[in-house]
This record gives sequence, structure tokens and C-alpha cells, in this order.
Amino acid sequence: MLGGIAVLDATDRLGWLAGRVLADLGADVTKLEAPGADVADAEWRALNVNKTLVELDFERAADCERFDALAADSDILLATPVAGTAAARACDYARLASRHPRLIVVAITPFGLAGPKAGWRASDIELMAAGGAMSLAGEPGKTPLRVSAPQAYAWTGAQAAVGALVAFHHRAASGRGQQVDVSAQAAVITALSHAPAFVSVQGHTPTRAGAYMTGRSVTGARFRVFWPCRDGYINFILYGGVAGRRTNEQLVAWMRARGAELGALASIDWEKWSPTGVTQDEVDAIEAPIASFLAGIGKREFLDEGHRREMLGYPVANVADTASDAQLAARGFWQDIPGPDGRTERHCGSFAIVDGERLALRAGGAPVTPTRQVKRT
Amino acid sequence: MTTHALADIKIVEFGGYAAGPHIGKVLANFGATVVHVESRARPDGFRLQYPPFQDGKPGVNSSGCFAHFNDSKLGITLDLKNEQGMALARRLVDWSDVVIENMRPGVMARIGLGYDVLATTNPGLVMLSTCNMGQTGPRADTPGFGSQLTALAGMCNLTGFPDGPPMLLYGPYIDYIASTLGASAVLAALERRRRTGQGACIDVSQYECGLMFLAGSLFEYHRSGTIAQRCGNADPAAAPHGAYPARDGGWIALSCWSDAEFASLCRVTGQAELADDIRYATLAARQANAAALDVALAAWTGAQDAATAAERLQAAGVHAHPVSSVANLFDDPQLDQRGLWRRRPHDVFGEQTCCFPAFDLSDTPGEITCAAPLLGEHTERVFRQLLGMSAKDVAAHEAAGAFD
Repeated sequence: MLGGIAVLDATDRLGWLAGRVLADLGADVTKLEAPGADVADAEWRALNVNKTLVELDFERAADCERFDALAADSDILLATPVAGTAAARACDYARLASRHPRLIVVAITPFGLAGPKAGWRASDIELMAAGGAMSLAGEPGKTPLRVSAPQAYAWTGAQAAVGALVAFHHRAASGRGQQVDVSAQAAVITALSHAPAFVSVQGHTPTRAGAYMTGRSVTGARFRVFWPCRDGYINFILYGGVAGRRTNEQLVAWMRARGAELGALASIDWEKWSPTGVTQDEVDAIEAPIASFLAGIGKREFLDEGHRREMLGYPVANVADTASDAQLAARGFWQDIPGPDGRTERHCGSFAIVDGERLALRAGGAPVTPTRQVKRT
Repeated sequence: MTTHALADIKIVEFGGYAAGPHIGKVLANFGATVVHVESRARPDGFRLQYPPFQDGKPGVNSSGCFAHFNDSKLGITLDLKNEQGMALARRLVDWSDVVIENMRPGVMARIGLGYDVLATTNPGLVMLSTCNMGQTGPRADTPGFGSQLTALAGMCNLTGFPDGPPMLLYGPYIDYIASTLGASAVLAALERRRRTGQGACIDVSQYECGLMFLAGSLFEYHRSGTIAQRCGNADPAAAPHGAYPARDGGWIALSCWSDAEFASLCRVTGQAELADDIRYATLAARQANAAALDVALAAWTGAQDAATAAERLQAAGVHAHPVSSVANLFDDPQLDQRGLWRRRPHDVFGEQTCCFPAFDLSDTPGEITCAAPLLGEHTERVFRQLLGMSAKDVAAHEAAGAFD
């Protein structure tokens, strides 16, 4: 869909996903890396596939000239400027705009280009902290947690891609590029869902609830989310509404079929039941027999039977579970392409299916000499 | 008056909750006209099923959850089971550039609003369908909410301590990954339409989008068989790396990515001797002795307010930031400088505090144009002003139940 659009990707890991998203949508993305960069790193390989790699060292004057030539032929520049560096000077919007008024410069930084924290250093953990996400993960009153696989960079890159395309859409009408200022801190806030509304509407600050979900009952009752099962954990929550009613009815039917003790579940009219007003004692009484039942179920069994019964809930999967998921294989999600060493690499494919087809990834990762000719739109 | 970047785009949203409406909100914030379609009988699920509610009382127009994802839009009601309501839905789609829906696969087609049908009268239509599993595959028909799909995608397994259970991420975390990526897909499809006139049918699986946020871990599993594990706040490339309790009851997140940065940390914390301690001389050594190092650092952080500690560490070139509570975000001077929180009048809240996207444009900045709509607030306006229907025609459709 973005065929013919030239993207120059001069980002560090804060911006890798942005270029990957644009490449997945068909853009011609050139990834710049300094000589000696670790292009074997798993994160690097996963997010810079589908791009053409060009080695370029901003510390060298000759390479800065090469950069300018590449920028001249580009529609979008993705950058993660760190103040005071040669790369930041090269990617400066004012400098580039004077020479290339059609160029869109997407400046991706931890906190934004201006403001009291504009120069602050932040990696994933500081960004997840700054964006409020860590306050919502972990046991109540105990150490706030991040996800062990960095998420802030991905949130940022995803937002940066949207910003790039918003600016590109406007350029089609105006003929002019502009700068897009992306804040990683603000991008993480997207992950908070509607938690900020609790503060603004009720003056209540949501906090981490461990393995329980809060914010669903006006009584403040918490609902168990993770249930130990035979080979790990299952994510199951007592929902209300039409979908919740069916799930809860099917769970009870499954338990009944297995001869499990129903306890308080036996007398519930799921058509009338709602999580919005229940008390904690009521929740605990319902959850006790469910816990006993799920302790004897396996992850794959829950996934398959849950699907058959049209139940809400999923196993807590690890990457091995994901890799063997038939749903992903059926949709052609994984793509095998040759790596720079000739060995086959399996990647997440492009993230969307358009008109029935998932755009194929292009192999990347081996440095090339830039010979790109760009067709301007 | 600034021209908004997406001012020429018209979007109609069918569905509700998070994954679809968040796409429309972001695009509306940059000028797109977005019409959110509900029915009086079955309003958007976020209106009644999730707190917070004004004064704690559930009501279709008092939901902070609904409001958070639907600012800057027009809200209408249509009864799609009513023949005239469906006819108006078709007219609305014909008027639009983009349709966004997040119903279960097949529902839109079953009610007569499938892409193949819609494209016959609007061949340039871009239609994005987003759901848990995508439109195809053996589990395409699986019902699901994002909060649970986040567990299937692997994020929950990777949150927590090695010897403890997985931890919850807040809300339907994965929905917003899909909606953010979906927004890019919509814009890309519009670009193709601009060049070729061709519309697009876009199938976005929230599951697949979520996996993009774990692409590195998945790549490593395929490459080496390594199964990524939750490891608290540790990181293989930095030490120390974690969250430490502060004097004011808060926490501070900090990390050191080089021996030099660690030395700076030690100077700031008045523990310069730690930099010369062989137990902490290298990354590997600091990781091996993380428990003792964490105790030493916590002794310092525990005597500091989180904000002060972070400022001192940043001044010394150390990665650091307080662990912001959700309430802290409203007082964060950096977010204030960016205008992240923007208040707009709302008939029930008085004022709705809306959240601006994470990016802005230099020449055509975005805006929060209005608070979220009341149920059916703009029905007459949309059909009279945007679709050109007469007052008499609208009244007749109302009488026929089209807007129920």
C-alpha cells in the first residue's frame, strides 16, 4: 500500500518498530546502522527485517554527505535524536527542511523535543515508569514491574508510524513535509487503557492488583485473573454481559460434565448476574470451585475446549506455546526468509492481511551500498 | 485557522469497546470526521459495563471509560435491524472513506454490511476489521476480550518474578497495540487509494499485532529454542536495573548501561566505594551480586523523595525516573508542556479530561475538538448536515424507528 514511498530509518531501538510497520505496509525502508552494530541481536533482527541495511557512521564527514544524499531521496526520515550527537545534528529538522521541504522528519525521543525532561535519559524501564504502566503491574504495595520483554520501545515505534503517515497524508495535499514529535513517555500511556479516567472522573488512582482485576465493581471487589493449572496458568475472569453469561454457563456445564464440585456456582442465574455490584465475599465464593477445577486442566486443553464451548479465557502462553499455535500457522503469520548467513530465519510476518493477502517480508540484515532510486509521489 | 492533517477523511465506526474506537479517536484528533454508530437498545459496551461512572452510578452518558476513547467524534444511533435504519447505515457508508468495525468475524456480513456489499456502492472504501483472532483461521470465531488475549499473546507470562505467578497488565492491553497498528494500516490504505482509486479490505488480528511487541523473543525462540522467562525488573544488558522504594512512598526506576554510568550512580548516592568494589566491577559481576547491590541502592533511595532522586541522577547522566502513579501523570510537567491532558465541556462530567496522542505535528498540529458524545447526540446533525437529509425526512425515519 505504501509502495514507492522511501523511508530512511536512522533510529535506535526506540524507533525500530516504526520502520518495520511502514515496511510491512509496503514502504521501501533503508535502515542506517553504524559499522559494528549488533545486527545479530534478536530484537534487531526481528524489527529490522523487511528493511535494507546501509552502514553509515555519522561521526565521519563523508558518511554525513551520504546521509544527506539519502535524505534527499526520501519521503520520511525516522530518527531518535540524542542532543549533542552528530546523528542529531544531521537529522535536525530545520537543517533538513531548508534543503528538502517535502521531507517528513519523525523525531522520536523519550520525552519529546521540548520541555523540562526533554534531555532526560530513559530506557524501557524508566519509560514504563514515567508512563504509569509500572504502577499498574505487580503485587499490591510491592515492587512495581515492567514486562520482561521491553514494551516501551514498541509502543513508541507504533505511535511514530501513525504520526509519519498522518504527516504524509497531509503532504499529499500541501506538498510540504513537516516534523513529527513523538514522546515515548506519552506512547506508554496508551497502554494504560482507561485508567486515567478513574482519576479524572472519580479522583481514584488505580494501582497494581497482582493477579487480580480491579475497576469492574463499584464495591471495589477484585476478581482473580490467573489460575494455576496443570502445566502453568490460565487467564479466566468472571465477566458479565452476554458474552460473560455464555462463558460462565459453559464453564459450569464443563465442570458438571467432569463431575466437579460446583459450590456457589450451582445456584447462580447468569442471566441476572453482573460484576458491577458484587461484593468480595460473593466473588470469593464463586471463584473457589473454579480454582479447584482449573487446577486439573492443561493449557492446551483449556484453549481447545474453551474454543469449542465459545468461552472467554485463554492459557497464559509462553513463546513456545505461541510458536505452535495452529491459528497463527493457518493465517500464514510466520514467514521464513534467508538470513545474512544463509540460514533460514522465522519471523513474525507483516501485521495485517490486506485484500486477503499478507504482504511478504523482504530479507534484510546484510549491508548494501545505497543505490535506491526513489519515485516521488 | 490551522488545517488539520486528516480533515478530508470521513470515518464510520461500527462496534465498540476499545480496539475499533481507539483507531477512530486517534484519527479524529488529527482532523478526521468520525461517526461512532451505536443503537439505543445496545449502546457501546464501554458505556455501561465498565467503571468509572460519574458519582459511581452506571449510566449511558456517565462512563469515563467510554469517554476516554471517544472524544472528538460524532455519536449517532441507528437500529440496524430496522429496514430504514440499515438503509441509513448504507448511506452513511457511501458517504465515508473508511469503515472501522470490531465485531466478531462474520457479523458485519451477516447483517448486510460486509465489505463485498459495501464496496459495490463505494468502491474506494477502506474497511478495517479488527478482532481477537482475525477474520480467518480455526479459532476465528473465538469470542474474547483484550485483557485475556494479552495473556495468550505472552505478555503476562513475561511479567512477574521467576518464582512467582504471572502478573496482570492493566485492561485490554493488546487492544491498543492493534488499534495503533490499525491506524497506520488505515492511513496506508488511503494513500494507495489516493494513487489508484482502489479501496481495501484490511483484516487486523489483535493477537498477531500483539505478537509484534514480542517479536524479538519469538525470533529468539525460533532461532535457538530459548523460551523467554519473566525475570522481575532485571535486564540482561544493564545492572543495576530495577525499581527502588523512595522515602515518600513512591518508587524510582533506574538503570545503568555501562560501568561509567554505574560509577556516576555511585557518586550521586554517596557510595563511590561501590564503583571500586570488585563485586560490582563489571556488568556480569553486578548481575551476580544484584541482591546486595539492590540493598545498597535502596538504602539511598529510601532516604530520598522519588522526584528529587530522579533529578539528581539525571543530572549525573544516569537513567532514572519516578514510577509515576496514574494520578502523577496529571501533574507531570513534561506531559503538561506537551498538552497531553485537554479538558472539554461535557454535559454529565462538567468537564472531560481527554488524552491527546503521543505525537504531534509541527505545521498541522492535532486537537481534541470535543468531549465524547452523549448517546445519539449527533444523530440529527449527521444525517441533516453531513448527509443532506431534510428535517422532514429525518423525522420520518425517527418515527419509523430507524434511530432506535
